[in-house]
Amino acid sequence: MAVIAIGDFVGVAKDTVEHFHGNQLVYVGWDKHLMFYAPMCLCVPPAMRFRDLVAGPVAEVYAAHPQWAQIDWSRAVWLRSGEPFTPDPERSLAENGIGHKESLRLRTPGLDGIGGSGT
Amino acid sequence: MDMKVKKKLALKEKFALMTRGLAWETSYEPMEAVYPQMAYEGLRIHNWDAWEDPFRMTMDAYWKYQAEKERKLYAIIDAFAQNNGHLGVTDARYINALKIFLSAVPMLEYNAHRGFARLGREMRGVGPQIACQMQAIDELRHAQTQIHSLSNYNRFYNGFHDWKHMSDRVWYLSVPKSFFEDACTCGPFEFIIAISFSFEYVLTNLVFMPFISGAAYNGDLGAMTFGFSAQSDEARHMTLGLEVIKFMLEQDPANLPIIQRWIDKWTWRGVRLLTIVAMLMDYMLPKRIMSWKEAWELYFEENGMALFNDLARYGIKLPDCTELIRKEKDHLSHQAWNAFYTAGMMTNFHTWIPTPEEMDWLASKYPDSFDQYYRPRFEHYRELEKAGKRFYNTSLPQLCQVCQIPMLFTEGDDPTQIAYRQVTHQGDKYHFCSDYCRDIFTHEPDKYVEAWLPAHQIFMGNCFNPGDDPSAAGFDPKKSVLDYWHIAFGRDNMDFEGSEDQKNFAAWRDQATRN
Amino acid sequence: MSKVFIALQTNEASRCIVQAILADNPDAIVNRQPAMIKIDVPDRMVIRRETIEEEVGRPFDLQEIHVHLISLSGHVDESEDEFTLSWAR
Repeated sequence: MAVIAIGDFVGVAKDTVEHFHGNQLVYVGWDKHLMFYAPMCLCVPPAMRFRDLVAGPVAEVYAAHPQWAQIDWSRAVWLRSGEPFTPDPERSLAENGIGHKESLRLRTPGLDGIGGSGT
Repeated sequence: MDMKVKKKLALKEKFALMTRGLAWETSYEPMEAVYPQMAYEGLRIHNWDAWEDPFRMTMDAYWKYQAEKERKLYAIIDAFAQNNGHLGVTDARYINALKIFLSAVPMLEYNAHRGFARLGREMRGVGPQIACQMQAIDELRHAQTQIHSLSNYNRFYNGFHDWKHMSDRVWYLSVPKSFFEDACTCGPFEFIIAISFSFEYVLTNLVFMPFISGAAYNGDLGAMTFGFSAQSDEARHMTLGLEVIKFMLEQDPANLPIIQRWIDKWTWRGVRLLTIVAMLMDYMLPKRIMSWKEAWELYFEENGMALFNDLARYGIKLPDCTELIRKEKDHLSHQAWNAFYTAGMMTNFHTWIPTPEEMDWLASKYPDSFDQYYRPRFEHYRELEKAGKRFYNTSLPQLCQVCQIPMLFTEGDDPTQIAYRQVTHQGDKYHFCSDYCRDIFTHEPDKYVEAWLPAHQIFMGNCFNPGDDPSAAGFDPKKSVLDYWHIAFGRDNMDFEGSEDQKNFAAWRDQATRN
Repeated sequence: MSKVFIALQTNEASRCIVQAILADNPDAIVNRQPAMIKIDVPDRMVIRRETIEEEVGRPFDLQEIHVHLISLSGHVDESEDEFTLSWAR
């Protein structure tokens, strides 16, 4: 039994994709940039292009960091569920294998936060 | 206090008559049917008579001493209010710690009351029944005295006006709420290990001793008196926690692994919950007695170790998470304040940058972490503030599925790297702040898949102000969510600098010192 | 060796209780903090009714300590005459 209970109990997942009105959740974090205290939680359409995710809701938050404008995108590395992967910016989240509640992390080698402090 | 001491029965004799002497074995219903919650957690209890009551507190003595505590408490609270004691606190920034306290803690106390009321009915032995009944009344008293004491601040300061509504809704308050709901939905034995042992014995000293002593140090007689009055009951509760552990372990060797798992789980759950206390101590008390790290070393590492050394004879081990906790003590308060400062648009209290003197104090208390990792962060924010661009992060955070805290904790050995853990369960991904929250999930996924995570609920559309139409032109989702929480934008939230609280306090204090 | 402790609110009754604890526990270490006082003793602390009564100058019920108590650690044993905290059982 996957829960200690006085009777039979089956948990019903609260956050499955059908609750989000056609959208899905994606989490995006930027390693070594803790001016943003936690990865952000976004709710976006699965058909959104990866490029538009980054240029839209992600940039809207991260552009507040002085190093955002300095990113060399040819050297930036993305992680999906903790594993490096190469997204196709012109393809959709779904086509990039970014499903509901996927965790994305951006690594920008050489840019380690303000003064290299991880901020 | 002057109480009459009468010749009477010996304490132990009287206690036996007034507790065990009141119990009986049922005759026309089996005891298992009368106490139906005693078996399902897998714990084996052979002899309830082996229960030892550490305090020999009978109900008549209980009422006498509790009444005395209440009289003292209300005398102080009335005097504090009558004399405008709120203007005697060190600095109006301090009052923001009370806003957090009010919106988080009475709700915990009330849920503790509910939990112990249930145990007072369900525990089969009369010794634990009576101890749990007393504790249920205590916890209700704590909720009431906290609400009464802090209501005085509501007359003068913003953010206190709707704590009960906020407790059930505001994003960061899902952390304490879910903690206690997790405990209350456990079986009775896990509940008592969770609350009486792991939380009260191992951890509450950290809340009520350095923090409440800190309230006194900052001139807050009101918080001091309800805090210590509650803590005086806590000593009895902690002793119950220790007795419960010994009793369960002595009843059957098969109980050991079950209890060890509960201790591991609830020590971790409790430590995560105390993250906010770490922040209160290091950042929100204008005068500080000791740092969070020092308090941790004193009350957990020294006093807590004495406890675990004692339990070693039963085979109980220190929880594995202790090693990570030791590493986190240099970072916890700073990471939490960084989160609340930058999320200050979404809070029912004000936030601020520590002053240069406060940063020096932090650096002296945290020589291995503050200057290297956190000072650059706060100084950057200060530069932004000076330029008129006070930094607010308005995105919603990714949350840990178990503790529900935003994923703000870093790896034990790398304070620049957020810790990410995830598992896939029945086709869905779940995310965690740590190995320990992940392990709690994988042991009972059916429980934690049902977590009510505020960020997700907002995106589902469940947290907009009733009456607002998300499809209407000009709909502002962030404003609607603040309205739903009853947080008044620009008055309850944002920076302390320039707030109504700051201005009022300065003006009233000025009036208090001159004609 | 582990220490046991008791913490009391700083008030007039506690002042007498603390004096009694210090008299009966020579190894006691006193730590004064705002509004509270914490006393640590290695292994075992004993609080005696008679010693407190000498300090307060009146009959004293040891359970009155509950009114002034903030926290404690160790196993508790309570009778009319003594309240002890210890790790060694």
